[in-house]
Amino acid sequence: MTMSDSKDIELANAKQEFTITVYTENQIGILNRIAIIFSRRKINIESLNVSPSEIEHIHRFNILITETEEVVRKLARQIEKQVEVLKVYANTNDDIIWQELALYKVPTDVVAEKVFVERLLRENGARVVVIRKDYTVFETTGHRSETDKLIEVLQPYGLIEFVRSARVAIIKDSEGFNSKLREFERREPGQEVIENEFLDKEKNVFTM
Amino acid sequence: METVQEGATTLAEPKKTTMVSGSVALLEGLIAEGTETIFGYPGGAIMPIYDAIYDYKEKLSHILVRHEQCAAHAAQGFARASGKVGVVFATSGPGATNLITGLADAQIDSTPLVCITGQVFATLLGTDAFQETDVINISAPVTKWNYQVTDASEIPAALAKAFYIARSGRPGPVLIDITKNAQIQLFEYEGYTPCNHIRSYRPKPIVRNEYIEEAAALINSAKKPFILFGQGVILGAAEQEFKAFVEKSGIPAAWTILGAGAIPTDHPLNVGMLGMHGNYGPNVQTNSCDVMIAVGMRFDDRVTGRLDKYAKQAKVIHLDIDPAEIDKNVKADIPVWGDCKETLPLLTSLITERTHDSWLAEFKAFEKIEEEQLIRKELEPQSGELTMGEVINQLNILTKGEAIIVSDVGQHQMVACRYGKLNTSRLSVTSGGLGTMGFGLPAAIGAKFGAPDRTVIAVIGDGGFQMTLQELGTIMQFGVDVKILILNNQFLGMVRQWQELFNEKRYSFVDITSPDFVKLAESYYIAGKKVTERENLISSLEEMLNQPGSFLLEVMVAKENNVFPMVPQGSSVSEIRLK
Ligand SMILES: Cc1ncc(C[n+]2csc(CCOP(=O)(O)OP(=O)(O)O)c2C)c(N)n1
Repeated sequence: MTMSDSKDIELANAKQEFTITVYTENQIGILNRIAIIFSRRKINIESLNVSPSEIEHIHRFNILITETEEVVRKLARQIEKQVEVLKVYANTNDDIIWQELALYKVPTDVVAEKVFVERLLRENGARVVVIRKDYTVFETTGHRSETDKLIEVLQPYGLIEFVRSARVAIIKDSEGFNSKLREFERREPGQEVIENEFLDKEKNVFTM
Repeated sequence: METVQEGATTLAEPKKTTMVSGSVALLEGLIAEGTETIFGYPGGAIMPIYDAIYDYKEKLSHILVRHEQCAAHAAQGFARASGKVGVVFATSGPGATNLITGLADAQIDSTPLVCITGQVFATLLGTDAFQETDVINISAPVTKWNYQVTDASEIPAALAKAFYIARSGRPGPVLIDITKNAQIQLFEYEGYTPCNHIRSYRPKPIVRNEYIEEAAALINSAKKPFILFGQGVILGAAEQEFKAFVEKSGIPAAWTILGAGAIPTDHPLNVGMLGMHGNYGPNVQTNSCDVMIAVGMRFDDRVTGRLDKYAKQAKVIHLDIDPAEIDKNVKADIPVWGDCKETLPLLTSLITERTHDSWLAEFKAFEKIEEEQLIRKELEPQSGELTMGEVINQLNILTKGEAIIVSDVGQHQMVACRYGKLNTSRLSVTSGGLGTMGFGLPAAIGAKFGAPDRTVIAVIGDGGFQMTLQELGTIMQFGVDVKILILNNQFLGMVRQWQELFNEKRYSFVDITSPDFVKLAESYYIAGKKVTERENLISSLEEMLNQPGSFLLEVMVAKENNVFPMVPQGSSVSEIRLK
């Protein structure tokens, strides 16, 4: 075994954040079928976003977990085995650009009186969504540490409510998921067919 | 598989639109799929379907089981013996939950089933209505696919999808839950169109030639190659292709419990069974082969024993239709994706014809040791109590390897599978992955319907028989010709064995008493006999086999016999114990 081999193995065995992207049919029950693949193995889903993709009838899941590459590979194959799953991709944080959206509700009087609102917005890349007499809602997007930072800043001014979205992620590679697939799943069967031959031909294929 | 679909297509002549009920559409669809036998049990939420089947008695035979679990097991037995999809009906609520064990068994053993459950009216979903249970979510982890139908017009397409998914790729159980309103509802029926494509579903991966070439090169250069085969060979109907591969390569081949019979048990290159109670040679040689070729098997922990000491010296070639199996338990150096019916011939064409005489002789040497130290006294004891092995041995002599042996779970199962003689594929039916006690009797009923021309023998323990013995009622009512062979050791034998070996003989609740099984059979009008003496064994087995119709033979065997060899849990396969 060479040095680089053993380093690779170490990396593969270290837990890190993975963003798993799943393209599925928009079908009742598929959320449960995917969720139980994780819960059965006692793996916690840290963040989950499900929304329609750019293609009609196809939904996109973004699932964030902290696991080893080996486990993630196995999970990806189990998810892909589900009949209504079109394709699964898994990426480390290095491969993707991701954002979380956060909303902060604070009392308008306190903020107006005590905070240099303009500086605060600038420094945290935030913007104002709503200003009412009783409260103001700020919004920011960013990584966890960034959205966390604004909580810290606003906490002393009587933060009333806070909410954060799940992670949404997009692949850095300019070719997007198509080429990513080839790389991550080098040993996957017949990747040629994957790029969803029927993705936008729904009418021509069997559906329920 | 393709031929089945083509056959189905011809049945699906487009009809003129007619108004039919969801129930009728369901039955028409089943007929179009070639279904002849349904195992089921009625109830409130599936009554419209039962009302419809009243008029379909000519075309569809319905077998009324005595418990829904057994409907699923019977359908499994049917599927395993025939290679077709097993079909089950059950009502909502308790009927549906009773199916779960059977679904789990079918899921882990890749058995194609289509189960239809009734459900409460769609308007009542989520109201805790009478006999409402969330069967879709309960069954999700134990089905390959499931779907709830709430509108009759969905039925033909849902059923077509169900059959396609159940039998294609790696087969498995599928459940369709149909609300009562959809069963009753009339809709414009346009005939039945079988399904042969689902865009999100790829039943088999595309074969990659580079891996076939790499695999062939590795096989050609191997000095001590070893083939492990599983049920994939049988499920892929690739027995001939596999035999050709084995014979041309000259490589010794060993089987997992579900692979039994994929090539005949007495084929010269068949070196025996793998795993915890498998044969001595195959287990030991796992850790000395240089190339391991795994065909349609999934490296279950009962096969591998301790994984970190499993075949570490070998290069592994893994042929499987299910990508999720590759690298799951044992890392593959060369993954040969695909249906082995396609990949095996490609591989065979690239390998050189060889023999491996001295390597094969090593297996024979292990076989001799096992034979002398263990097999002989198990199969041909001259004195003392009857052994399970000698019963199976005598059965082999009488059936000549042509009968279907269905086994339950426990010591008798290991003995039946180790020693059962099988001349062809689909002669061994057992619960491998789930190890479901109570599987044997209902599965034997199903197997008889799946292979009516075969003698079907259910080998069952005194414990397991008491789990599903109510199915004697099904045997009685439908005159099912099943031979029931109870090997009675008056213990939950397999658990007792573990308690003896690993818990210092602290026998904790493994002592089990039994009713008079022969009288029990008699009360179901089934002929029976009990054997306690060696001198009566052969004649009793003959009587059982010659009986027209079902027969129950209870054989009293040694109470505290153990199944060996054994790879103790947590040990490496090469640490297999002969005693
Ligand atoms: C449904 C179920 N419950 C419990 C077990 C655990 N178990 C495995 S083998 C066995 C003993 C089986 O006893 P018996 O049917 O008498 O067969 P024997 O081992 O004596 O041949 C038990 C309890 C099981 N496999 N299935």
